[in-house]
Amino acid sequence: MAFFLETLIGGLMAGMLYSLVALGFVLIFKASGVFNFAQGAMVLFAALAMARFSEWFNAALGGDSLVLANILAFIAAGGVMFIVAWCIERLALRNLVNQEGATLLMATLGITYVLEGIGQTIFGSEIYAINVGMPKDPVMMFESVFEGGILINKEDFIAALIAACLVAALTLFFQKTSTGRALRAVADDHQAALSIGIPLNRIWVIVWCVAGVVALVAGIIWGSKLGVQFSLATVALRALPVVILGGLTSVPGAIIGGLIIGVGEKLSEVFLGPYVGGGIEIWFAYMLALVFLLFRPQGLFGEKIIDRV
Amino acid sequence: MIYRENGQFKTTYAADQQIFPIAQDRYLVLAIIAFAFIGVPMLADEYFFRAILIPFLILSLAALGVNLLVGYCGQITLGAGAFMAIGAYAAYNFLIRVDGMPLLFALILGGLTAAVMGILFGIPSLRVRGLYLAVATLAAQFFWDWAFLRVKWFTNESPSGSVSVSTLDFFGWVVDSPTEKYLFCLGMLVVFALLAKNLTRASIGRQWMAIRDMDVAAEVIGIRPMWAKLSAFAVSSFFVGVAGAMWGFVHLGSWEPAAFSVDRSFQLLFMVIIGGLGSIAGSFFGAAFIVILPIFLNQLLPALGALVGVTISTTAVSHAELIIFGSLIVFFLIVEPHGLARLWATSKEKLRLWPFPH
Repeated sequence: MAFFLETLIGGLMAGMLYSLVALGFVLIFKASGVFNFAQGAMVLFAALAMARFSEWFNAALGGDSLVLANILAFIAAGGVMFIVAWCIERLALRNLVNQEGATLLMATLGITYVLEGIGQTIFGSEIYAINVGMPKDPVMMFESVFEGGILINKEDFIAALIAACLVAALTLFFQKTSTGRALRAVADDHQAALSIGIPLNRIWVIVWCVAGVVALVAGIIWGSKLGVQFSLATVALRALPVVILGGLTSVPGAIIGGLIIGVGEKLSEVFLGPYVGGGIEIWFAYMLALVFLLFRPQGLFGEKIIDRV
Repeated sequence: MIYRENGQFKTTYAADQQIFPIAQDRYLVLAIIAFAFIGVPMLADEYFFRAILIPFLILSLAALGVNLLVGYCGQITLGAGAFMAIGAYAAYNFLIRVDGMPLLFALILGGLTAAVMGILFGIPSLRVRGLYLAVATLAAQFFWDWAFLRVKWFTNESPSGSVSVSTLDFFGWVVDSPTEKYLFCLGMLVVFALLAKNLTRASIGRQWMAIRDMDVAAEVIGIRPMWAKLSAFAVSSFFVGVAGAMWGFVHLGSWEPAAFSVDRSFQLLFMVIIGGLGSIAGSFFGAAFIVILPIFLNQLLPALGALVGVTISTTAVSHAELIIFGSLIVFFLIVEPHGLARLWATSKEKLRLWPFPH
């Protein structure tokens, strides 16, 4: 029982991390109808920027104030992500308005290559560490309830907390601010939003910036967990089943989907994996999402698609 | 002027319905095929065959298959690499496990296995569409990546997971020199291209296109979506599977599951979209573009560096390649979202009126 719970909680926390990446997809798809494959590359880019800036600032400050260096690095990396967002909107997406979904998808794949190339040219292509002072040691919990207690990774726990805070902040931003309202208007109907004077291009830049910041947070958390390296870009592929499971247009969907996928992956790997040879995490998530899709084609929380002939 | 069809009168239905109704088109295609069979083997050297022509031919075949599904039936797939892998491993298993299995039959059986799997993984397309489907097809990709890596039976219990085919015996003709391999691939490609072209002109191809343009309307006029979508998946996977088997047998010789990773799927989709959705010729243009561009960049960048007196390290070159490749793709999508095939069609229109454009 304790072991099962431990796996379950591990899965839930891993799920929050997937949700973080999935959020980036959902934000951009909602506002511009672009399925942003470059989200993974953005995570890598942001993590690389953060790791290197932190290293450089730390060296510049004489190495005695890691916190200050990290804060400066966070601001600088945020600025870099703003520039990236602006460039993507300005150079690529603005010229691709009204194209088909597949064409846009391919364009973001192109952007993926560019980001990977530029990121590694500027910041280097070795493995870097992000040290933001996350505690690495596991803690025991519920020792009085179960024999032996439950082992929980503190780092994962904090990461899940940060993810939850980010989601709450985003929800507030979307619901309570005028920019958030404009974003939702654009998501509902581009033309109607344009006709009441919402500047579409600026909204898109804002959305890509928000996605960039989400990528930065995801990059820091994933980066401090796994180390900043090229394989970070493949995190996007892990997050895709989360997005389609939750629905491409739903922020809560990304969270719930992430939790379901996280739990499903961990439980399947631990309890099913040994029978079929292990390593089934990656495709099990997709199969799980597929089964859900067969019953709800628009995902759990996606908008129902109504066809008109 | 060059391209005017004035004076070409059709007097029979057969003449009206032929594949290339305009004589100039017909002669051009025949000339290209003749040149490919006779001229190229005399001109090209071994490096050219190995690095460019054979990959180009095989990937054209795969792109053709993907185009049937994505371009003609409108079902986006990101799992083409998996079906290449299924074709390759199925053909390999048929070849080594059945005594005296001829190479051609092994290739075809590999394609058929891929087709069956295509139907299986095409079932979600009956419920989900568009980008949801694209992600759903990734399930096939990751599942088969895993299966060929972990299930040792597929790789004939080889410890490293890599398999190899030593001799290619095509009914007594041993295909081993690059020129012979090239001719073999070219022959297969011509047959399959003809098949694809005719499929798209026939009833089934028209059903696919109806489903692509508006599936509800197609259903109303009596097209069965299940039959149309699954047949598209089957035919497409067959093409892709045969291409995968040839990629393993002819081009690579010995291969690992990594040869058919998700990057291959993306690459094939790139070919189809850059070449032109719903166009047979577009598949060839796209394949040529995607095969040649990285090689070209790889050769050009160090040469450029040497020109200005800078030695560019290999990692820098590979990063620069990524950047240029990515930006060229975005650039192409912006200037010609309908692909290279549309450029070709426009230039034909222009040639028709040239030199008197009014």
